[in-house]
Amino acid sequence: MIEKRPFITWFSHAVLLLGVALVAFPIWITFVGASHDAVRMTQVPLPLLPGDQFFVNLKAAFVQGVGNAKEQSVGLMMFNSLIMAMMIAVGKITISLLSAFAIVYFRFPFRMMFFWMIFITLMLPVEVRILPTFEVVANLGMLNNYWGLTVPLIASATATFMFRQAFLTVPDELLEAARIDGAGPMRFFKDILLPVSRTNIAALFVILFIYGWNQYLWPLLITTDKSMYTIVMGIKQMLEAAEEAPEWHLIMMTTLLAMIPPVWVVIGMQKLFIKGLTETEK
Amino acid sequence: MARVLIENVTKSYGKTEVIHGIDTVIEDGEFIVIVGPSGCGKSTLLRMIAGLEEISSGTISIGERVVNDLEPKDRDIAMVFQNYALYPHMTVFKNMAYGLKLRNFSKNDIKQRVDQAAKLLQLEDLLERKPRQLSGGQRQRVAMGRCIVREPKVFLFDEPLSNLDAKLRVQMRLELRNLHKRLKVTSIYVTHDQVEAMTLGDRLVVINDGYAEQIGSPIDLYERPATKFVAGFLGSPSMNFIDARISADGRMAELPGTFSLALGSDVTVGQEGRAVTIGIRPEHFSLAEEEQSAFSLKIDHAEFHGADTIIYGRIADNDRLLTVRLPHRHEINLEKHLFLAVAPEHIHFFDQKTGKRI
Repeated sequence: MIEKRPFITWFSHAVLLLGVALVAFPIWITFVGASHDAVRMTQVPLPLLPGDQFFVNLKAAFVQGVGNAKEQSVGLMMFNSLIMAMMIAVGKITISLLSAFAIVYFRFPFRMMFFWMIFITLMLPVEVRILPTFEVVANLGMLNNYWGLTVPLIASATATFMFRQAFLTVPDELLEAARIDGAGPMRFFKDILLPVSRTNIAALFVILFIYGWNQYLWPLLITTDKSMYTIVMGIKQMLEAAEEAPEWHLIMMTTLLAMIPPVWVVIGMQKLFIKGLTETEK
Repeated sequence: MARVLIENVTKSYGKTEVIHGIDTVIEDGEFIVIVGPSGCGKSTLLRMIAGLEEISSGTISIGERVVNDLEPKDRDIAMVFQNYALYPHMTVFKNMAYGLKLRNFSKNDIKQRVDQAAKLLQLEDLLERKPRQLSGGQRQRVAMGRCIVREPKVFLFDEPLSNLDAKLRVQMRLELRNLHKRLKVTSIYVTHDQVEAMTLGDRLVVINDGYAEQIGSPIDLYERPATKFVAGFLGSPSMNFIDARISADGRMAELPGTFSLALGSDVTVGQEGRAVTIGIRPEHFSLAEEEQSAFSLKIDHAEFHGADTIIYGRIADNDRLLTVRLPHRHEINLEKHLFLAVAPEHIHFFDQKTGKRI
C-alpha cells in the first residue's frame, strides 16, 4: 500500500519511536544501574547517565555473587541456565523431529489418535501440572540435577506440530526419489529431511532456547541446592537479601548479563530464524 | 537392460478398481509411451512398475524377475519425476552421486560415472551448483543424470517435460530421443501430451479410464485407431466424428440431411443399412468443385497457422461442427461455402455403441 499523507507518516513514526522507547528505556536503566556503586543506587533520584563502576561491578558479580545467592557466582548460574536452555532446546527439537517424522511418514494404527494426543498436551504446560510433575520427578530422584530441570519441559506439542507442518510441505517426490535411490527411512530422515528442514530447526531453536533460558517457576521448585540455581531465579533470590538492602548495582549487572545469551542467539541466528518462519519453497 | 512384462495388472483403492487388467510386453531397449487423459491411471501404472504403489493383482516382471514384492531400490529402475524431485540442499554432483553412494560405490567410481553423465548432458560446468540456481531445462537434465549414473535396467519418466515452456519442451524432447538412441535403455514414458507421445515412442499404450485402449506404433495408432477414443485422442486438431448410416447397397455413407459420402468399391464396411459413426481427420478433406464435392461447409472462422490453415465450420444442412485443415495459406471468404471432398480410404468407421473400429 502506498499512501502519501504526511500526518500518517508522522503519526506512525511517533508510534514506532514510542515503542522503541518503551522497550529500550528499561534496558538503559539496567545498564546505567550496573555502572554505579551501591551508595548511588540508594539515593533518589536514580541516575539516568552511566557511572564509572561498570567493570568493578562486573568483576564483583562474577567472582563473589550477590545477596542470598552469595555462595555461587553469577558465572555458575549462567552456566546452569545455559545447560538448561540448551538441553531443553536440543531435547525438544530431537523428540519433536522424530515424532513428527513418525506421524507424517509412517502409516501405523491409531496414527491420528497419537497425533491428537500429542496435540492435546498443548493444553497442559508445566505450570498446570506442576504438582504431579514435581511428584514424579522427585520419585525418579531427579531433584537438584540437570535432568530434573529439563526432562519435564522437553515433551512438546508445539514443536511437533510445527515440524509436522514443515514435513507436509516437502514434496512426496523427494521421498520417492530417495526410495528409488536406495535410501531407507532413517537414511531419508538424515540425508534429506533434516537438511531440508534446516531453517525450521533454527527458528525453533531460537524460540526454545529463550523459552528454556527464561524458565522460572520450574527451576524454583526443583532446585534447593544453590549450585543448581539458574540465573533467572538467581536474580529473584538476590532481591531477598535478609538483613541488608538489596545490592541494586550488582543486581542490575546480573540482569544485564542474563540478557546477553538470548540476544546473542537471536542475533546469531536471525537470518535462519526469519527464513524458517517465512520460507515455503522447498 | 531388460524386458518388462506386465501381466493382467490391476490396481484398486479400497473397492474402486482404477486399473483394469493391463497386459503388455515392453521389449528390451524399447521406448514405450503410456498416454491418456489426466486421471486415466497412466501414472499409477508407472508407479506400480517403479514400486511406489502396490500391485493389487497381476504381475510385473523386469528382466525375467517378478518384482511385485521388491522395494523400488531393488528393482533396478530409475525414475524422472514431473517436478524433478532434486534434493534441494545438495549440489548437482551430490544429487547425481547420492544413489551410487547408498549403493557403496567407491569415490573414484562415483566421480567417473557422474563426470561421464555430466559430459553427456552438458552439465560439466554446473556440478557445483544447487538445484535452485538452475533453469528448468537444466534441472531436468540433472534429473536425467541422476538416472543415467545408476545404469539401471529401465528408465521411468513421469511427465518429465510438463513443467517446461513450449520451446524448451521441443528441445528436451529431441535430447531425450537422442539420449535413448545412445543408451538404448528400456524406457517407459508417461505423458498426457499426444504430440510428445507420437514423437517419442517406438510404441504407444493409450489408456482410458484404466483400460488399455490400444497398443501399437504411432503410425498404426494414427492410421488405424482401434477405438473412437484413440482416434479422437491422437491428432491435433482432433478427428471429426459424424453419425451416419451406411446405405442399403453399401456404397454410400448417408449423413443426416441431404449429403452423403461415396465409399469406394474397395472399402467394404459390411453391414449395410447400419448406423455408424464415421471419423475423418481434418487434414483428409480436400477442396473440390461443387459437383464433385461430398458436402459444403459454412465457415465460422479460420486460423492461419503458417504452414496450414485450420477452418472451423458447419456442414451446410445439418449444422454439424467440422474442423478442416488445409495446407498453405487460403484466402477465406467467410460469405462463401467451402466445397469439400474426402477420399474413401481416409474414412474411419466406428460402432456407435461400443466405439470399436468396424
